[in-house]
Amino acid sequence: MSVKKVYDKQPDTFEFTKENLVLAENILNKYPKERKKSAVMPLLYLAQNQNDNWIPLAALKYIGKFLSMPYINVYEIATFYSMYNLSPVGKYFVQVCTTTPCLLRGANEIVKACQKKISKNENTISENGMCSWTEVECLGACVNAPMMQVNRDYYEDLSKNNIEKILDSFMQDDPIKPGSFRNRKSSAPENNKINGNGINNA
Amino acid sequence: MPKITVNNKEIEFENGMTVLQACELAGAEIPRFCYHERLSIAGNCRMCLVEMEKSSKPIASCAMPATEGMKIKTNTEKVEKARKGVMEFLLANHPLDCPVCDQGGECDLQDQSLYYGFDKSRFKENKRKVKDKYMGPLIKTIMTRCIHCTRCVRFATEVAGVTEIGAIGRGENMEITTFLEKSMESELSANVIDLCPVGALTSKPYAFEARPWELKKTETIDVMDAVGSNIRVDTYGWEVKRVLPRLNEEINEEWISDKTRYACDGLLKQRIDKPFKRENGKLIECSWDEALNIVGSKIKETDKNQIGFHAGDMLSMETINSLKELAKKLSIPNYEFREKPFYLNSDNKMNYIFNSSIKGIEKSDCIVLIGTNPRHEATMLNARIRKAFVTKKIPIISFGDPGDLTYDYTNAGNSTEDIKKLLNKENETSKILLNSKKPIIIIGESALELDSAKFILQGIKKFLKENNFINENWNAFNILLQNASSVGAIDLGFFEKNNSFNFFNKLKNNEFKLLYFIGSDNLDFIKSNEFIIYQGSHGDRMAQIADVILPSPAYTEQNGLFINLEGRLQKSNKSTYPPGSSKEDWKIFNLILNNLKEDEIFKNFVELRTDTISKIKNHTDFDLLPKKTIQDLKFESGSFINESIYVNEIDYYFSNSIARSSKTMSDCRAARSKKLNKITGS
Repeated sequence: MSVKKVYDKQPDTFEFTKENLVLAENILNKYPKERKKSAVMPLLYLAQNQNDNWIPLAALKYIGKFLSMPYINVYEIATFYSMYNLSPVGKYFVQVCTTTPCLLRGANEIVKACQKKISKNENTISENGMCSWTEVECLGACVNAPMMQVNRDYYEDLSKNNIEKILDSFMQDDPIKPGSFRNRKSSAPENNKINGNGINNA
Repeated sequence: MPKITVNNKEIEFENGMTVLQACELAGAEIPRFCYHERLSIAGNCRMCLVEMEKSSKPIASCAMPATEGMKIKTNTEKVEKARKGVMEFLLANHPLDCPVCDQGGECDLQDQSLYYGFDKSRFKENKRKVKDKYMGPLIKTIMTRCIHCTRCVRFATEVAGVTEIGAIGRGENMEITTFLEKSMESELSANVIDLCPVGALTSKPYAFEARPWELKKTETIDVMDAVGSNIRVDTYGWEVKRVLPRLNEEINEEWISDKTRYACDGLLKQRIDKPFKRENGKLIECSWDEALNIVGSKIKETDKNQIGFHAGDMLSMETINSLKELAKKLSIPNYEFREKPFYLNSDNKMNYIFNSSIKGIEKSDCIVLIGTNPRHEATMLNARIRKAFVTKKIPIISFGDPGDLTYDYTNAGNSTEDIKKLLNKENETSKILLNSKKPIIIIGESALELDSAKFILQGIKKFLKENNFINENWNAFNILLQNASSVGAIDLGFFEKNNSFNFFNKLKNNEFKLLYFIGSDNLDFIKSNEFIIYQGSHGDRMAQIADVILPSPAYTEQNGLFINLEGRLQKSNKSTYPPGSSKEDWKIFNLILNNLKEDEIFKNFVELRTDTISKIKNHTDFDLLPKKTIQDLKFESGSFINESIYVNEIDYYFSNSIARSSKTMSDCRAARSKKLNKITGS
């Protein structure tokens, strides 16, 4: 990983939509007036949601003005956290976990499949514009390793047998249902094994 | 006082000190990169690790508050091993380019690696490479060398008051940059070069010019504004290579403004090195004798009432003193140092100096600005106001609109009517003022240029005296003059005393036949038939219209006395030699007198200096504030006219002839006017 690249084709302006402006005001109300800078992270997230899952520079400036804080401070925060995207991502943004548990359970195969199906390099949008992928650190679903996050959904218990099918569904803009791909309910034991509370897997 | 034991030595320390400061008190030197006395504590370089009793791990002494009974060890094996470990990490990604690095010889990392560095690296992976950033025409960046101490970030935010530098990314990928690589909009920006403990931020104009050990260093005084910042001039041969700040808690702490630091390349350009005379509309070189003959015969044949002398903004007191004696000897009545007609009252020294003193600003609890923009008129003084603002959140109120001052202030009105209300205790400002204990009122030259200037100056003085803000311990009355020569010239009486501005009227109506400009380039003047003699160091505005030019040294090339705006007398020292056949100003005056077959005024420089010091009002000693004179205050009344207070814009980077000759200053000016926004670094 290196410092996030700022996209070179930037829109000139950014403004919250009417609905988001209401949301932004609600966020602001959560913080004391003299500490409204604290709202910078939820507002960046709001801007990212509004703008196809990435934050343009105009939005950084807009939020800087909105919270009367220096641009550089907004920029620092946006580059610090890995969940803010400063360049466009695909309609389906695939984040593959490659931290130790997932890696031990074969996350490399998932990465290889992404390279084959989506794009050779990470953070590059596929030719049909549908997908982009990136490696990320632990997403907190180690029990279901290997796993990946696509937009807001977790796809778990992946293997090289089913991953290509899943990725194809995104590429064809017909996303498959998220969840465990070994028919587990959340992280409960599979094949009717009994879990710690003495309950069978439903 | 609480006690702390450092290396088995028990010492007392003040409450609120950190372990690092206590160790320094005990004489134990602690290595550091991120810690700086004048900045907030970051604690991220980990170089200052020391051993504390009852702590299993070494502690970062810069961020640990010292407490009663602490037992600290700074010289144990454990401490040395810890520091060596930190140093190895710092050097892991630091390039080995000391031979081509401008910081070499004055680099903290170089010095400290002598004590804590390993002889070889155990780092086998790839070293990181960081793209260099553009930070304006003054700062050259080699960001691979950065060790992320964040001193520059803290300086920009805290002292300069422009939050423009920041650290983007995180962990190994952290990079220091300005937002979208714009140049830093501050008059103090180049101080980050001094602050940078490594060679990541170095001086762009000084890049590859010289090594620190081959420079001759002279301690002297800055003349770019009336603050009188203490500087060190580094010369190589006759060339001034760079100007650095010198520590003076009373005046500039350890910062200087960009103009002070970088106008020095103007000392090498546009220099007048020989006398010139005008023949058939063209300036041609001539000998000193020829030039002096022309000057002598012109002075002889012109009616003395039609001769005017004007002293420039960067003249030493000796020059002004000998010039005044010259005028006296030749019985010339018209002389002036002001560049614009502003009201001046020299009855009492209190009436034209900054009485609260620059250091006193920190004690103040309310500051009122009247027609002044301290950011451009006295940058270092503005940094003090900001310091008071940041540490104590004091209210700052301005009459007139000075623009961005790097701190928040309230505008209390833009007309003299508002000041009248203040004096009659009719508005909010007067309430804030009366409720404060140590207020400061600063009257700028822009306010003194108004028709009701006398009303403002005398009215404010009376108001402050009546409310006991002018007493033995505190004097809230301040005048902010802009030029280095101003206070000295007033002390020596080199101006028209009655405020009738005859000189300026005559100048405007072209009533002079002969004008003698000594280092004076800022006058608003359109030439018609005057014969103009220019004596100075730079071929600037006045030299272009002059008929005879006499070369004289610039401020780094002759000894001189300067009084700063507080009334502090300081010595400026000769650091290099003037080019060509320049002669010192007072010697030129003697040569003119010789030519006129008159007696010389001063036989030697010692005599001149002694005479000059004897003429200083309320003189105490060098580097000290003048005696207080608040007993015999006189109050006059001035006429009131309702007019708007307009704060004159200063072309900051072009405010004097040296700055105008400087390439660096014109680059800064262009960058400021946003023309050069997209130029990438060198």
